[in-house]
Amino acid sequence: MNLLKDSQTSRTKSLRRLLAAFLLAAAATLAAQAPPVPAVPQPPLAPPRFIVVLDAAHGGDDPGGSLTNPDGGGQPEKAFTLALSVRLRSLLAARGFQVITTRESDAAVDSDRRAEIANRANAQACLSLHAAETGSGVHLFASSLSPAAPTRIPAWKTAQAAWVTRSLALAGVVNSALLQAGLPVTLGRATLPAVDSMTCPALAVEVAPDRSAGSNPADSFIDPAYQARIAEALATALLEWKSEARQP
Amino acid sequence: MIPRYQAVLFAILLAASVIMGVVLWQLRERAHQRLLQGHDSAPTQAPQVAPAEQATLLVASDPDNSLLTQLQTLPLPQDPGSRARVILGKLLDLYAAPGAAHPVPGGGASIAQVFLLPAPELLSNPVILSDPSGAEGRGKPALSEVERGPAVSSRRTPGTRAPLTPNPAPPNGPLLAVVNLTGSFVASHPSGLEAENLTLQSICGTLHANLPRVTQVRFLVDGQQRATLAGHADLTRAYLAADAAPQP
Repeated sequence: MNLLKDSQTSRTKSLRRLLAAFLLAAAATLAAQAPPVPAVPQPPLAPPRFIVVLDAAHGGDDPGGSLTNPDGGGQPEKAFTLALSVRLRSLLAARGFQVITTRESDAAVDSDRRAEIANRANAQACLSLHAAETGSGVHLFASSLSPAAPTRIPAWKTAQAAWVTRSLALAGVVNSALLQAGLPVTLGRATLPAVDSMTCPALAVEVAPDRSAGSNPADSFIDPAYQARIAEALATALLEWKSEARQP
Repeated sequence: MIPRYQAVLFAILLAASVIMGVVLWQLRERAHQRLLQGHDSAPTQAPQVAPAEQATLLVASDPDNSLLTQLQTLPLPQDPGSRARVILGKLLDLYAAPGAAHPVPGGGASIAQVFLLPAPELLSNPVILSDPSGAEGRGKPALSEVERGPAVSSRRTPGTRAPLTPNPAPPNGPLLAVVNLTGSFVASHPSGLEAENLTLQSICGTLHANLPRVTQVRFLVDGQQRATLAGHADLTRAYLAADAAPQP
């Protein structure tokens, strides 16, 4: 008698389970076939700020190269790059850019820290500012890493590889702006530890003396007009880069 | 007044010192004679004058940031490592000459050694030379690692022949050239992205143009790894020699 009762109970349980499964499947099918719920109109989001990272090379106990002044004295590269960074930051801020600098004073910042600052900023352009006595005009260097597909966890020393194509495009825009400003430009590729670790369109900008006719190369690094020309041209280039980036 | 016994003692001690000095001098002379008797200093190999051959140099030019191909005829040894050192020495002699388009003091003596090793893909025990910034060891005496490995090496040791060890690499396999620069060359190298990269690129290109098996080049300074050449160009990684070589 008890056995018969048990078998009836288990059969009832199985039927209930089957029914529940059937109902669940039917509900899922109905939900899939239901018309999509119209999206609630959202207020337009404010456009994200266009972030530029300015990296004044050297600093602290690393003076960089020595830039000879007309009086025979030497100006350390670190001082020149900091002055150019401050000047460019003002110009960019006036044009609505959000500017992040790797150093604001004569402080030592190693190349890894510079790249860390740039990568945290999630910037749309990163410029590493340098100066040298060799050559003329402005030297633009993109990373010499071969372009590579982006990876989820890029290697630190070659993180720029995924951005090289964008960096070269940025170099083209900056080149045009500098040429329009009447500054001779030299384009090249280089291995620079800070730039190679950046995950943004990144360029090294090296300011060289103005050797055009009628100018004294020795005056270049103390001539505010020359620095202003370069800073203005770089700001114009970044404005152009910003407008290109905003285009759909 | 000095007591008599003290004067006698002083005289005895003085005489003992003189006698000991004479004995030591004689012992030294005997040891020297023994050393000479066991060492046959007769010349057994006539000095050879290497035949003059044509070498291709990629000479850097600062004004246009380019590498210009230049053919030079100079005596070249048969050993690849010595050959590489002689060719690079000639290249740096051009940079040290007055009126050079890429002035760098130092000259040929700035190349301390050139080692040719199987390129990393072929090494069974890879020589760790990269990344002095962290996990792979900052400032390790990299030259000792190179010397330990199988290599055809060329040393600048006046009056002695370069020690040669057989190279186990496949006869046509790619080679890694390790160029050991002198500290004085690096200290006097002009600072700047363009200038430093041109120097490295011209060395890489010249090596590849004359020794096509050289596909990668690494740089040491006084046998040690160094972060940069003169504050800019990265010396912690291998340079691809073919990138700097002139395109056919």
